[in-house]
Amino acid sequence: MKRFTYVRAASIDQAIESLSVHADAKLLAGGTNLIDLMKYDVSTPTTIIDINDLPLREINETADGGLRVGALVTNSEVAIHPFVARHYPLLASAIFAGASAQLRNAATVGGNLMQRTRCPYFYDVLTPCNKRAPGSGCPARTGLNRNHAILGASQLCVATHPSDMCVALAAIGATIIVQGPNGVRSIPLADFHRLPGDSPEKDTTLVDDEIILDIFLPPVLEHHRYSYLKIRDRLSYAFAIVSAAVLLTINDEAAVSLAHIALGGVAHKPWRNTAAEALLIGRPASRVNFDQFASMLLSGSVALSENDFKIDLAHRTVVRALEQAASRTPQSQFDKRVH
Amino acid sequence: MDQEQTVTGKSILRVDGPQKVRGEAKYAAEYNIPDLLHAYVVTASIAKGRILSIDLAAARRFPGVVEVLSHKNRPWFWPVSFLYKDAAGPPGKPFVPLDDDRVYFSGQPVALVIAENYEAARDAAALVKVTYKAEQHTTDLAASTAFKPRKRRIGVAPVPHPTGDADLAFAVAPLKIESTYTTSPENHHPMELFATTVKWGKIVTVYDKTQSPKSVELFLKVAFRLIGRKVRVVSTYVGGAFGLGLRPQQSVFLAVMAAKALERSVRLVLPRDHMFALGYRANAVQTVSLAADEQGRLQAVRHRAVAATSQFEDAQDPMLLFSASLYRCNNIKLTYELAKLDTVSPCDMRAPGAATGMFALESAMDELAYVLDMDPLALRLTNYTERDQSENRPFSSKALRECYALGSERFGWHKRSRAPRSMREDKELIGWGMATGAWEAAMSPAPARAKVMVRSDGKFEVTSSITDIGTGTYTILSQIAADTLETTMDRVVIRLGDSALPFNPIQGGSWTAATSGAAVQSACRKLKSTIRSRAKHTGVLGRGQGAELLSASALIDLLKLQRGRKLSATATMFSFPFGKKFSSATHAAVFAEVRVDEELSVVRVTRIVCAVAAGRILNPNTARSQIIGATVMGIGKALHEDAAYDHNLGRCMAHGFADYHIPTNADVYDIDVVFVDETDAEVSPLGVKGVGEIGVVAVAPAIANAIFHATGERMRHLPITIDRLARAGSR
Repeated sequence: MKRFTYVRAASIDQAIESLSVHADAKLLAGGTNLIDLMKYDVSTPTTIIDINDLPLREINETADGGLRVGALVTNSEVAIHPFVARHYPLLASAIFAGASAQLRNAATVGGNLMQRTRCPYFYDVLTPCNKRAPGSGCPARTGLNRNHAILGASQLCVATHPSDMCVALAAIGATIIVQGPNGVRSIPLADFHRLPGDSPEKDTTLVDDEIILDIFLPPVLEHHRYSYLKIRDRLSYAFAIVSAAVLLTINDEAAVSLAHIALGGVAHKPWRNTAAEALLIGRPASRVNFDQFASMLLSGSVALSENDFKIDLAHRTVVRALEQAASRTPQSQFDKRVH
Repeated sequence: MDQEQTVTGKSILRVDGPQKVRGEAKYAAEYNIPDLLHAYVVTASIAKGRILSIDLAAARRFPGVVEVLSHKNRPWFWPVSFLYKDAAGPPGKPFVPLDDDRVYFSGQPVALVIAENYEAARDAAALVKVTYKAEQHTTDLAASTAFKPRKRRIGVAPVPHPTGDADLAFAVAPLKIESTYTTSPENHHPMELFATTVKWGKIVTVYDKTQSPKSVELFLKVAFRLIGRKVRVVSTYVGGAFGLGLRPQQSVFLAVMAAKALERSVRLVLPRDHMFALGYRANAVQTVSLAADEQGRLQAVRHRAVAATSQFEDAQDPMLLFSASLYRCNNIKLTYELAKLDTVSPCDMRAPGAATGMFALESAMDELAYVLDMDPLALRLTNYTERDQSENRPFSSKALRECYALGSERFGWHKRSRAPRSMREDKELIGWGMATGAWEAAMSPAPARAKVMVRSDGKFEVTSSITDIGTGTYTILSQIAADTLETTMDRVVIRLGDSALPFNPIQGGSWTAATSGAAVQSACRKLKSTIRSRAKHTGVLGRGQGAELLSASALIDLLKLQRGRKLSATATMFSFPFGKKFSSATHAAVFAEVRVDEELSVVRVTRIVCAVAAGRILNPNTARSQIIGATVMGIGKALHEDAAYDHNLGRCMAHGFADYHIPTNADVYDIDVVFVDETDAEVSPLGVKGVGEIGVVAVAPAIANAIFHATGERMRHLPITIDRLARAGSR
């Protein structure tokens, strides 16, 4: 671990100011990912700005029927919050699918948005990695890549975003409220994470010295159906090989009236395709239509040497999650049987 | 037996349990010594080549750093490799850390930072700059050339000679299969990290994580020329080892080197990622050919294995040990070869060899059963043998038939429908598979000693240098002592895991209970007769001859009358492995149920029944725990554990439990362990066979066979990960 200066921010303004004063500064919330990365010398900030004193720990219903979740609220607090459990069960389910109880108790939602890829090369400073050390190369392209991206990757980087929570947020259509030296702005979750392109070192579209304040969940969808289905290398405590977050509404004529579907574990960000989603609208919630949707969602998938299976598995996973949602039998995160 | 067995054979709770629960049981990294220095290892990033330069300047300047050692400034070593040999080492040149500028494997220690605290050592280690001249490396077993090892490893049974003409028999047989099976390398990963704390002084006390304090002591005395000093190696508690502690590890070597160079006390704790470069279960490519007649009687068994080893040692394990003896067959041909890789040497891991070899043999038996359209269990029973045909002698006992019967009954095997894909529930295919397990049952080839002494409070103190690696050795030795001394457990005080205590061999091979247990029993018997004869002389005999004489008050009186003379006895247990009239093995039958989501290839191992024949069970509680633990390890071998290499970099890319998966609680459903009665007067004085390894052997093949039964896909590579299963299904 590289030695660093520790600063404790007393206010949001002070945190932003500290960010602009100190080059190579990082914000510390739950620390479940950042401290790990620092221990392995993957992240080497010179200053740590502890934001745990900031007033960002509240969950509030908004006037329009949505929910505002402070950046420092822990993952567990979100998942067990009665309003979330009742109105955003997809989000609660996705959170329970991730990590362990201990980690969820410590990790914050802001930190979850900011977590880095689990690509083994990114984590190993004795190997090249364009994300960690720009320009050094990407051994994953020709090496171990069975769990790397099939969508939206670039020549420089084939890493995936590891979050479960963010996949649900993408389906829900959350907005991230951030503040910087120039004031407050909001970023749709779909635009918050970015594809690697020519600068894989950048995971998000946050600009310098911005800090996440809240996550805003849009007003509750009445009578919606959902499922979060995560496929992984063992039945618990592993990052997704592929996951699917599904929000559906089906009208009285048994036709799909709303379809928000996000995939996790397949790209540098939660993957959505609204054009494909539009295909489902007004049509029966049938396997044929789900298949057609999945094909369009995954069109443009590119396999690396070891991850060809992910394309087909992602297709099957999203179809199953759609079936689970449509039949109002969402995947349990506690019974590990996929039904 | 001397008397009624009141505690032996009973489920006595662990005697060391309370200390462990209260945090009082100290492990190697937990000894605090004044002015202790802390070390951290700098590791190589290339798999093969030479160190061109090593820049220690920045690390040396780091606050708190005391010294940085590399091959250039390390203390003098013996320049000859045989002086670094250890009791469990294979033929070849043992790896000596910081010996010279050569890099033999990625993750190899290339420098050691020693500092006033752990954090300074770790953080300065990141500042050591090493440049290399890399050479072409090979870490891919498939790309390496196989050869027959010229020298056999001492202690590993030779590959059985061919019998009959297996090639001809296979060629002419009507029904046969030939398949190739591969396995990934696995790492041991005991929960406790490898660690050594060296207290430097006139007496050098080394608190070390090892399975043999005695062999570490001997190794250190020779390797570091400490003959003149007293060296004591203490391993009171060991948090698992699974074979990785059979040899003196890099940690003890480096810690003692640093302590000697600085004449200071030093602690070295290896972080989890460094433990990937200590040793591994050799990955292997195996081809098994089986042929049978129409009745299912085996006509030919051919088994060829090519196992990984390092460039500097010919690691060998008994991978083919049971291929010649498990089933009756007159035509057998076994071939065991190695292939050199630029990795650390493989190191025995729980049921070394057998767990890998039996995956291939028992998968092949399952394949043959389907060729014959025969029940897999019936095929095994058809070929059951009461004799060890490879040694041409009977077994001292073999209750495998009873394992099959009891295991299949508890599992409900008779309800199985034979055809693949014929059992399902909702979206899940259900598969039932079984496999046979076997492991050597032997006394240690080296002698084991034990001492028992009457303390001034009338209690008995039993001492032995054997370790307890979490298996329950403290408990079973206490039980044996209590019964032999006709007393209760609370009057037995036991001390283990210290090289200053009576000599014991390495704790491995499942022989500890049989060997060290027999030594304890013998010492206790000797003590009893000593007490009787002394009582006669001192006149205490008036109090009776039986249990009364062994009471605390009688013994306290006796000690007083003896005026300071001690009451103690020491015994040595020898075993002669030659000229035996019997073969001995533990056996198991494992039945597994898997449920596989048909579309998503998600596998759940929902039920395992493990029936074990292991002679006399000293403590069903600790024995059962060993089998459960081994079964979970078997689930990991079947589905999860994969020390995946990037062959371009020649580097294992698993660095921790995030990427080296082992089963979680969610992956483990019902495990039903049952011991069948097996009496064996020949295998060891106590009738004990040992249960350390047998639990793991048959689990992976049983699961692989169950997956075939569920899906119709024959999975011939371990671990059976979702990508492999999904790909097989989409063919």
